[in-house]
Amino acid sequence: MITPALVLSAIIFVLGTFGVLVRRNAIIMFLCIELQLNAVNLAFVAFSRMVGIEGQVFVFFVMTVAAAEAAVGLAIIISIFRHYETVNVNNFNLLKW
Amino acid sequence: MIDILFYIFAAVAVGGALGVVLAKSPVGSLLFMVTTLASLAGTFVLLEAHFLAAIQIIVYAGAIMVLFLFVIMLLNLGHDYQRDLRGGAYAILSFVVVGLMAGLLARQIGISGGFEPGEEAAAIDAALLEHGVVGAIAQPLYTTYVVPFEITGILLLVAIVGAIVLAKRNVNP
Repeated sequence: MITPALVLSAIIFVLGTFGVLVRRNAIIMFLCIELQLNAVNLAFVAFSRMVGIEGQVFVFFVMTVAAAEAAVGLAIIISIFRHYETVNVNNFNLLKW
Repeated sequence: MIDILFYIFAAVAVGGALGVVLAKSPVGSLLFMVTTLASLAGTFVLLEAHFLAAIQIIVYAGAIMVLFLFVIMLLNLGHDYQRDLRGGAYAILSFVVVGLMAGLLARQIGISGGFEPGEEAAAIDAALLEHGVVGAIAQPLYTTYVVPFEITGILLLVAIVGAIVLAKRNVNP
């Protein structure tokens, strides 16, 4: 049961990375980062069957950090949208060369 | 039986993840994400993490995804149906990166071989029986990891203040 869970975790993490790389919509890139966090959570839970209950405690902390990150990230997206009227990352060129 | 359930949940989770990456509209993407989160909660139950499965549904699918949906509707992006996938050299580069990563992960899982539940799995099951589903995770959380737990509270406070300051319309000097 642990090995299939780790394989599933790897597949979801890779899909999340792919989403961050190919999408241009900032909100969907953010959603794909959440997907990566969930893949890591699944790996933690699978390893907790080998290492102990600490894996589940860490997942609890990861979820808290994800909630905080979602709140701050979405606030940043709102304030960027006010300025540019879009969430397409192609239009954010202040730091591009 | 449990194996069959696991593979059903895994298939739904991978399908949902593909949907998140490929869906045209942001709202569709978000609903696929909720599907993935729910089936991951199912796999958590199969791995004896019942409390985390409940938290996954309540906090992730319930609170965080609703926050995303709220922002999408607030910014009126629900009708954004145009393809926004990057093309050309960038897409090829991301395929290379993703393929490299998948190869490394597959190699590592292949090398490490079959992972078997150790004696810690039996300890978790005993703790679940003795303290209950919540007590089994609360026991280490409030003893060994009490300082990180308190710091988590500070982090949430900072995040609330930061979100309000960032999203506020006009900060008058």
